[in-house]
Amino acid sequence: MSAPIIRIRGVSKTYDRSDAARPALAGLDLEVRAGEALAVLGRSGSGKSTLLNLIAGLDRPSEGGVEVDGVAVHELGEAALAEYRRKRIGMVFQFFNLLDDLNVEDNVLLPAQLAGMRRDQARARASELLERLGVARHAGSFPGRLSGGERQRVAVARALMNRPPLLLADEPTGALDTASAADVRDLLRRLNAEGQTILLVTHDTALAEACADRTIELLDGRLVRDTAAVPAAGGRSGVGA
Amino acid sequence: MSAMGKVVRAGVGRKRVQTLVMVLTTMMSVTACILALGLVVAAQAPYERSFTEQHGAHLNVLYDPTRASPAQLAAAAHAPGVTASVGPYPAVTLQPRSGPDTKIPPPGSPLPPMTLVGRAQDGPMDDLRITMGRWIEGPGEVVFLDGHSPLAVGDSAQFPDLPGHPTLKVVGLAASVSWSADGWVAPEQVAGLTAPGTVPAAQYLYRFAHAASDADVDADSAAIAAAVPSGAVVKATTNRPAREEANRTASTFVPFVTAFGVLGLAMSVLIIGVVVSGAVSAATRRIGILKSLGFTPAQVARAYVGQALIPAGVGTALGVLGGNLFAVPVLGMAHKALRGGLLGIPLWVDAVVAVAALGAVAGTALVPALRAGRLRTVEALAVGRTAPGAKRAAAGAGRAGAAGLPSRLQNLIGRLPLPRAFSLGLASPLNRPGRSATTAAAVVLGTVGVTLCVGLTLSLGLFQQGLSADRGGKVVVQAPIDGDKAVDHVDEAAVRKAIESRPGTRAWYSSVPTPVAVAGNTGRSQVVAYSGDASWSGFQLVKGRWFHGPGEVAVSAAFLRANQAKVGDTVTLTDHGHSTPAKISGEVLTVEDVVFLDRASLEPLGGPIHVEALSFHIDLTPGTDAKAYADGLDAAVEPMGLSADPGEDHLNIVVLAMNTLAVTLTLLLAVVAGLGVLNTVLLDTRERVHDLGVFKALGMSPRQTIGMVLTSVCGSGLVAGLVGVPIGIAVHHLVMPAMAEAAGLGVPDQDLTVFSPTVVGPLILGGLVLALLGALLPATWAARTRTVTALRTE
Repeated sequence: MSAPIIRIRGVSKTYDRSDAARPALAGLDLEVRAGEALAVLGRSGSGKSTLLNLIAGLDRPSEGGVEVDGVAVHELGEAALAEYRRKRIGMVFQFFNLLDDLNVEDNVLLPAQLAGMRRDQARARASELLERLGVARHAGSFPGRLSGGERQRVAVARALMNRPPLLLADEPTGALDTASAADVRDLLRRLNAEGQTILLVTHDTALAEACADRTIELLDGRLVRDTAAVPAAGGRSGVGA
Repeated sequence: MSAMGKVVRAGVGRKRVQTLVMVLTTMMSVTACILALGLVVAAQAPYERSFTEQHGAHLNVLYDPTRASPAQLAAAAHAPGVTASVGPYPAVTLQPRSGPDTKIPPPGSPLPPMTLVGRAQDGPMDDLRITMGRWIEGPGEVVFLDGHSPLAVGDSAQFPDLPGHPTLKVVGLAASVSWSADGWVAPEQVAGLTAPGTVPAAQYLYRFAHAASDADVDADSAAIAAAVPSGAVVKATTNRPAREEANRTASTFVPFVTAFGVLGLAMSVLIIGVVVSGAVSAATRRIGILKSLGFTPAQVARAYVGQALIPAGVGTALGVLGGNLFAVPVLGMAHKALRGGLLGIPLWVDAVVAVAALGAVAGTALVPALRAGRLRTVEALAVGRTAPGAKRAAAGAGRAGAAGLPSRLQNLIGRLPLPRAFSLGLASPLNRPGRSATTAAAVVLGTVGVTLCVGLTLSLGLFQQGLSADRGGKVVVQAPIDGDKAVDHVDEAAVRKAIESRPGTRAWYSSVPTPVAVAGNTGRSQVVAYSGDASWSGFQLVKGRWFHGPGEVAVSAAFLRANQAKVGDTVTLTDHGHSTPAKISGEVLTVEDVVFLDRASLEPLGGPIHVEALSFHIDLTPGTDAKAYADGLDAAVEPMGLSADPGEDHLNIVVLAMNTLAVTLTLLLAVVAGLGVLNTVLLDTRERVHDLGVFKALGMSPRQTIGMVLTSVCGSGLVAGLVGVPIGIAVHHLVMPAMAEAAGLGVPDQDLTVFSPTVVGPLILGGLVLALLGALLPATWAARTRTVTALRTE
């Protein structure tokens, strides 16, 4: 069994500081192993996006600790968090969050450029990813000209640019039509099969079943279900490598 | 509260930073405009305004009371043309010495002859305005005429020739619009200042019905003289010198105050435009929501004009207050320099600026509000969901290979070998080219102002050095102006030997005024002869060159004007029936009507030199202590009846006032420009806050975020420097000669060519610094924005 890549210990998150405030997360403990594909299910307001934000270092827990790939995320300062996000995670959003005034290639190049990767290396890596994800022909296009599925493929390529050990996906099919959603579902499944650790936040049980080998469910900030499925074999090769 | 009122109030209250920026921008703009306009108004006919306010007199007459009875003197007030008179005030003309409390000149030094009048501060005519210190409270005190006082407040004047050797403490300086006396004392003091066997003169001040021209005043003066017995008029002086000096000084202020005023007004309009239109444009999505709720385009326009007018109104009110507060010291300085004018901002200036500012705000808010109001609701609602430039980028990309220029430029900038955060920042002005250009224009104006200010300060400093060159020398040797020790012979060779043998002497020259006249001249020109090397004296040449030996003269602009001569002409010097020709070699910068020549030029005339008027001007080697040198030399020349003193630094109040005003106005312009940048960057950053969240989610560090935001203004800052500095230099080259011309002078090239590379370089970077300072706050805000919050922002 591979080592945990995510360790969450007693994490609580409260947005409203008043005594009567209901926590978005309440005393959550969780471990995710490398190579695992974990789907986080729950209704709106259950705390699943909050969990994703804490793992991504976009937000800080009110209590408890979040450790990812050996890094205590909750202890990092802003500059260290930026470096953490560059090197250790890739993020895929529901609404893609591509920068509309940059073309596809520039969008994909961005994480590498921010990390200071050599220009030729970055361009080679971007070309490779766009090719493997089937959007190479759109490299010079602006995101506004692409379909939803194509945009999400570009977003995945961007997330994988710096070879992060952990891919975080927040409702990746939430803004897609059925065909495009299936397309993205296949892509995520393939990535995980190739060894990419994925944490997927969704309320789409079909997506969770198709892509994840383990599913947890949150309700009012608490873990109410964990399928604790057998994690997939390790190894980091394929698209994400 | 109506729906409209709620919308307006919520719009103002929720956008606190934007509201604050709008308040600050209008406040600074209005302050700058009020100051600029106030100064322009203050420089318009300041003398006439002061004359009216201070109940000035056109004529000041000192009568000998032994030659005319009080009734005869009083009857002169009924002479033709006289509309008002006041008097008699007892007056004495004396030559005091500096008293024991005096620092400069040393105690016991003879002071120029002066007329002291015993009277109250205010009267029916010629109100005296205290400019420093206070009015006299009793005997033993004196107040001198400001601008012409030989002593400072706290010094004292003594009268050793009078019984009891009275001493008067200088308690204040006062401005008299009529220059009616050199100083004022308590009336009961005059008896103690009257020499035995004499009586004080009786001073009367007169105002005339017609005093528009010198001829009018001369005719009225003649009528008064005719109304009293012959010989009763001891001295009659008009207000002409006071008026001419004030108007000449005011004229020198007009060009640069106007330049700064125009800059301030233009910049204020630009910045208000950027701030207000930006604020309304940023609210387009909100406008869409309002329209979806049933607001009509007209209601939308009204709501947003109202929303802009609330902070602008507060800013305008604060600006009016600030402008008037700022005006107190600034106009005070101008008043001192102009010897008149305004001490406060006229109410109409406040009103005009406030109405204009609010009009500009309403106008600039109305255009984008109407545009947004007419947008299809669905389009307005979609505005907040896409970043600026996205639509354009997408549209450009749609035409294969025919992307728009901004997109191509952005692409090109992205290929620059720069860190990605910087290239993203450099490209970002292309998202809002109109707003960026307007802000850059404001920074250009700010840079023009700074360049003009630096240029004027440097030029005026050099100009002032040139004007005071006749007092040149770190040490001056001359006969003391002392009646007790009249010097009738100076052994020049011995003085020269004493100077040259003294360690620390670097160079010297001597000068002496001569009785030589210029043929055809009215006789007012002073001819000054030089010997020794006067090349270091600091005299500046407007045209031509300094004289080279005998047969050449260098003259002032006043001489050229009075004699309708020009450089290259030949004039004839005459003395004691002899004459000799001399060619005008150059025009020297000086306000006097003066001719400079080599002593050798006087030899053909054979006239004597008035050695008692000789002065030796000495330059010292670097590191030599002027005071110690002067003390040592003084011991050597004192037996010859001469004294050696360190040269004085002369601070010109007009130059000081101009520098102060220029710096004040420039600071205001710079702050307004900085606020414009701040607002633009703030709007840009807020509009792109979601993108900012994406950048951060992808790993952009706080430092990279700050770098990106700061580089977004680098382009416009550099362009502003590159464009603004040449324009500023051009404006300086227009304003400086105009100022000098108003004073009847030319500008030497050396005073105009002050923009060396060491000055221009920092000035060009100044535009960049100005822009960076303005962007620093929004950049920090961007760096501190929580990623998750930014990502949630639509």
